[in-house]
Amino acid sequence: MARIEAEVGKPQGGFMKWIDDRFPFTETMKYHATEYYASKNFNIWYVFGVLAMVVLVIQLLTGIFLTMNYKPAAAEAFASVEYIMRDVEWGWLIRYMHSTGASFFFIVVYLHMFRAMLYGSYKKPRELIWLIGMLIFFVLIAEAFAGYLLPWGQMSYWGAQVIISLFGAIPGIGEALVEIIRGDYSISDITLNRFFALHVIALPLALIALVFVHIVALHEVGSNNPDGVDIKKHKSPDGVPLDGVAFHPYHTSKDLVAIIVFLIIFSGVVFFAPEMGGYFIEHANFEPANMTATPEHIAPVWYFTPFYAILRAVPDKLGGAILMAAAVLLPVFLPWLDRARVKSIRYRGWIYRSALGTFAVTFLVLGWLGTMPAEGIYVNAARIFTALYFAFFLLMPYYTTVDKTKPVPDRVVYHG
Amino acid sequence: MGNVKMLARLLTILAVFGVVSAHAAGGASLPLGKADIDPGNINSLQRGARNYMNYCSGCHSAKYVRFTTIGEYLELSEEQLADNLMFNAEKTFETIRSAMPEADSRRWFGVAPPDLSLMARSKGVDYIYNFLKGFYLDPASPTGVDNLVLTGTSMPHVLWELQGYQDAVFLEHTDESADGATTTRHFDGFEAVTAGTMDEEDYDSFVRDTVNFLAYIAEPNRAERRMLGMWVIIYLFVFLIIARMLKKQIWKDVS
Repeated sequence: MARIEAEVGKPQGGFMKWIDDRFPFTETMKYHATEYYASKNFNIWYVFGVLAMVVLVIQLLTGIFLTMNYKPAAAEAFASVEYIMRDVEWGWLIRYMHSTGASFFFIVVYLHMFRAMLYGSYKKPRELIWLIGMLIFFVLIAEAFAGYLLPWGQMSYWGAQVIISLFGAIPGIGEALVEIIRGDYSISDITLNRFFALHVIALPLALIALVFVHIVALHEVGSNNPDGVDIKKHKSPDGVPLDGVAFHPYHTSKDLVAIIVFLIIFSGVVFFAPEMGGYFIEHANFEPANMTATPEHIAPVWYFTPFYAILRAVPDKLGGAILMAAAVLLPVFLPWLDRARVKSIRYRGWIYRSALGTFAVTFLVLGWLGTMPAEGIYVNAARIFTALYFAFFLLMPYYTTVDKTKPVPDRVVYHG
Repeated sequence: MGNVKMLARLLTILAVFGVVSAHAAGGASLPLGKADIDPGNINSLQRGARNYMNYCSGCHSAKYVRFTTIGEYLELSEEQLADNLMFNAEKTFETIRSAMPEADSRRWFGVAPPDLSLMARSKGVDYIYNFLKGFYLDPASPTGVDNLVLTGTSMPHVLWELQGYQDAVFLEHTDESADGATTTRHFDGFEAVTAGTMDEEDYDSFVRDTVNFLAYIAEPNRAERRMLGMWVIIYLFVFLIIARMLKKQIWKDVS
């Protein structure tokens, strides 16, 4: 048979072999999916990575269609968004998916990062994955910030005004730097145009590249798990980790369930509360940008408010900006600040457990304070919680050293 | 079993964000109460459209709103639109413009009256309801009136014929403290001065209808959005059942 096939010129092994001789398709699928083994005891915290990917795809697809109808010009931007909302077929749905997607991006990314803190996912050998992840987070912040200017509403304009002016606090080069960022003496058509360029091409491109690298690095060392044990230490005779199951079809089928649950919640917001009470789309952003009228209360979108609260906790502009930048940057050093011998919170002592719990509450409270006016008790509270925020990171080398840990089991805990 | 627990937790974690933001969303309370509009009431919306075109559109545009859109949702034919609403437009696909040139309005009032397409979304329906009911006599003001929720407004009391004029009663409250006395004013209700052609109840529903219409034009697709959302979510729940069965099938041998 084979001889006959060879004679008539049919390639041996069919279409897939033809591809595989020219491109490592089967090999790649095996390496990243069908023979990529991850622990079978993943819990709920392990779905937010894939959910972040889902949101990224939602943002890219809806973004393409928004770009087809949006006009990045100061005179037309606001009206073009309303045109999308009212006159473009399904435009309202695409726009709400994009605006809701922005908020959900941060929800899932914050939870994804918190997962790493719960189970010590940033610890050796996954430090580089964490660093790449932090880079993704920074690009995401820039992406969201640039995107928020585009609807050219009052909050778009004044929010950008406040944040960009922070660079002016840098001694010496400050004012020049602000001019370079804006491309003008105030936020103008020029600023809008360059933010559009950053938002639709430069930053998404960086984001996709970094996500790709994040996953390549992850698949090199393998995923962590809620017990923080190395599943590669116990393998079957054919080299498969005993506590691992293949990413596909096991984890993909599990993730599919999570994705649908996520989409149900996402749809709940898109279809029934797209403004989310003024948190996802701020009320003042339904007024076109007006450089002669400052809104009485400028607040960034909710996902920036924890850092905004830290900024306002300091009476000095430069000091506040430095502290805010430090707050955003500090998590980068987690792999080295955390000196505990165990990874997972399951085997850590009460000190780390309380520290992480306090930190989670601190972050949420700061987020809430960032939406409140900067006066009286709110500022004082912000100062206390800012101190707690920094204490969590800066005292970590100490309290993770003295904290009593429990023995880590040899194999993962799985109840079926 | 761990799977169900996991789903429940995912729902909880994500829902908490929703609940937290929904709870935090309560705004400052307004003195005259809530607008309490009925977005599904087509008759109310039709009356609101009539009110808007008769009393608001002379000065305020709604430049993103097309007559065709209104006609479809409010169940009005092209003739009905042309005869009853399109005072300043030729074709039904046009948007609602104001009759007053902007340059004139700047000269007369100091500011151009704001476009009302999105007023219900930027200020909220309760605010507009309070604004339209909150005009009171103030001899010091150039228009003769001031407003309870927008002090120093340039807008005259356009609806005076309907509502009549009223005085606002303020209670003064003085706080004695170390730095001296500080006096605060608290609103304590209105007193009618001249009667309008409508009684209080009629005027209230007149304002409600108008606000209802403003809420509608601020987001004409609202009803469609909610309707579609229901189907999307029902579909996702069916899909969820199938995905759960698939997952169980695939995982049945993992121990």
